[in-house]
Amino acid sequence: MLRYSIRRLLGAIPTLFVLIAIAFFMMRVAPGGPFDQERSLPVEVEANLRAAYRLDEPLYLQFARYLGGVLHGDFGPSFHYRDYTVTELIAAGFPVSLKLGATAILLAVVVGVTAGSIAALRQNRVTDHAVMTVSMTGISIPNFVMAPILILVFAIYLRWLPAGWGGALRNMVLPVIALALPQIAYIARLTRGSMIEVLRSNFIRTAKAQGLSTRTIVLKHALKPALLPVVSYLGPATAAVITGSVVIEQIFGVPGIGRFFVQGALNRDYTLVMGVVVFYGALIIAFNFLVDLAYAWLDPKVKYS
Amino acid sequence: MKRVTAFCAALLLAACSTDYEPAGPIGGESGTELAARQVIHIGNGADPQTLDPHRAQGVPESNIGRDLFEGLIAEAPNGDLIPGVAESWEISEDGKTYTFRLRENARWSNGDPVTAGDFEFGMRRSVDPATLSVYSFILSPIENADAIIAGEMPPEALGVKAIDDRTLEIRLANPTPYFLGLLTHSASYAVHRASVEASGGEDYWRPGKLISNGAYMLDEFVVQSHVKLVKNPYYWNADAVTIDEVYWHETEDINAELKRFRAGELDMTMTIPKSQLSWIRENMPDRLVIAPYLGSYYYGLNLTKPPFKDNKALRRALALAIDRDIITKQITAAGEIPAYGWIPPQTANYRGAQMPEAEWTQEEREAEARRLYAQAGYSAENPLHVELLYNTHDDHRRIAVAVAAMWREVLGVQTSLVNQEWKVYLDTRNQFRTQVFRAGWIGDYNDAYTFAEIQHSKSELNNTGWANPEYDRLLALASAETDLDKRADYLQQAERVLLEDMPLIPIYFYVTARMVQPWVAGYEANIMDHFRTQDLKILKH
Repeated sequence: MLRYSIRRLLGAIPTLFVLIAIAFFMMRVAPGGPFDQERSLPVEVEANLRAAYRLDEPLYLQFARYLGGVLHGDFGPSFHYRDYTVTELIAAGFPVSLKLGATAILLAVVVGVTAGSIAALRQNRVTDHAVMTVSMTGISIPNFVMAPILILVFAIYLRWLPAGWGGALRNMVLPVIALALPQIAYIARLTRGSMIEVLRSNFIRTAKAQGLSTRTIVLKHALKPALLPVVSYLGPATAAVITGSVVIEQIFGVPGIGRFFVQGALNRDYTLVMGVVVFYGALIIAFNFLVDLAYAWLDPKVKYS
Repeated sequence: MKRVTAFCAALLLAACSTDYEPAGPIGGESGTELAARQVIHIGNGADPQTLDPHRAQGVPESNIGRDLFEGLIAEAPNGDLIPGVAESWEISEDGKTYTFRLRENARWSNGDPVTAGDFEFGMRRSVDPATLSVYSFILSPIENADAIIAGEMPPEALGVKAIDDRTLEIRLANPTPYFLGLLTHSASYAVHRASVEASGGEDYWRPGKLISNGAYMLDEFVVQSHVKLVKNPYYWNADAVTIDEVYWHETEDINAELKRFRAGELDMTMTIPKSQLSWIRENMPDRLVIAPYLGSYYYGLNLTKPPFKDNKALRRALALAIDRDIITKQITAAGEIPAYGWIPPQTANYRGAQMPEAEWTQEEREAEARRLYAQAGYSAENPLHVELLYNTHDDHRRIAVAVAAMWREVLGVQTSLVNQEWKVYLDTRNQFRTQVFRAGWIGDYNDAYTFAEIQHSKSELNNTGWANPEYDRLLALASAETDLDKRADYLQQAERVLLEDMPLIPIYFYVTARMVQPWVAGYEANIMDHFRTQDLKILKH
């Protein structure tokens, strides 16, 4: 197990390197630069700016310098937020994205797994159809439609919750719901499908034959194997949700890191985009690793050596 | 539960308006009673890139800058120039030397006096290329400023001198009638010399470190959320400042901004989503403020190559074939003014020129357009194929579609629309790799010269490639002229030369539109769209 873990972690290094290299050179290939604007800069000022950000060096040198910085946890200065470094920006924004994302994922797992299990137990009955219809709707309605509707109803018409960000618990409710809804829907469908399959398997039939109650069968025997597909979905999904959603952050004015991906790219903030891409990449790798570890715990057939 | 669900569904379907309404009469019985808590929340568009006034470049930075700092000159709510840190000034006969007398009680937010030396240091820092200032050109009328910005002279050579702590002398290269207006710009602000020098500039522009001399000081900056300012107790006019706390919110998503306004979370917005304009007009017209803005929306033509190079008739034909009334009434629809000239009509010290055809009917203009099109050598059999470039934005797209349709209808021109993201668009345009490009120019200061200069043959802002010696000559004459009327005449003649040659096609003059809650008192829209929070008050509501 330990040897497996070490191997996996070592394997992450070339993956991250390739990711950094692709992201770095793709950003530079895009036309337009960080200092392009309506009014062109005086030549001397532009030269100084390029020198300050070391854009005057050959590209390979910039890349090497960047790699060196990343190894020391230094993502460089932001081109857009001129008084902040990328590390500072991620350090300030990530806790917010994490708080929202983790709450949303937790909510999604609890509600999604429960709803999916209930639907599986009531297969092809009214409850099942209701749960599946709702989750199909949840998957089909995109965030950018759902979030404004939530604001309209709960912030403007009912005045129960704020429309924007303020850091308090009540500010979190709407963004968390908007983030969780599609995940709930997806997890419910996944759980239902795999639960139905598990419930039909021989060991469950044996359990039933032994006269165990439905409750015991589901909670003790069926749930663990039924969760396998959910867990493999949760790895990348968690990494994506806790690094922030561009749409949700924009609509609710949440100061997370999700918007950096898009705004950074539009502003040609090379270092900021690189920073969040590397960070996101590392998280994806980490969560996929955790998923594999969880597999070994959930499924006795899986063994790592 | 059932009732709530039904209620929500009904709300969604009927979309009834229950926007934030104050409980009682605004301003109490008297109508002027102030709210107990003087806190304001203002939408500010994007995040400020920096709070360093000398490196600031966008509108969000300028808005916060006017609260944090005060220049020698300030702006009243209606846009008039009023004394700022300078309580009085004298201008020499030749219009080239300005002597400012500073207020004795002007203070930094740490209690230190604001001195002439701080302004001298500030302006030198602003033009120093090492500061990486984008807007240092604002100071270019000052003696030697251009040479310093170009790195040819040291910053100490700038024509700004502290005679004593309260007297500042500024020498100009040419008489510049709009110079006092430039002194409201952040590029001319003083910075607190001792602390800036001590910090080495690294992380100075942050809460807890930044020392400012305006009505407010920096309390908090949460990236992608807000900048919070609190009242500066040392500000010389602190007694007249009513609002204690200012939140400048990041509101890049303008639809979300409007929703936050409707929920009562914002007192003022930065702008409005155009798609919601008719809804706003119907449902909350009393909260919508629309005012003329110092800006021109236009289509630039690339004169460095065919088909527009050496083909004035074609340029004029395209300009005349556009029905500006349709664009301003049906597409932009916020009260924009159809433009037949290049410089906005409300510009200070100026009487704008117009195309001779401005007074004609659209039918007459179209007839003339067809004549010119034929004269340029094009016909139904041999139509012009042209590329029209615009940056990604719904309004730009709709206007481009309409203009392409007008050109096709009136002249038979085949237009291909090219849409590019902003930075790509800038690259394409600045490299002269397009034929027609949409553009807008917002005046940096309230004077015709801010528009006139961009078409000068030597200007780095000249994206059309147009060069006309007569135009350059008239601009030089205007720059050297001290008599305001004569200067306006030169600029007007120059504008006529431009409109005759038509290197760019004016389409409309901008307006600003924002939402203001009825309990915000003291707000006046002005052509620069500048306001200071210290002039606002929150009424009881």
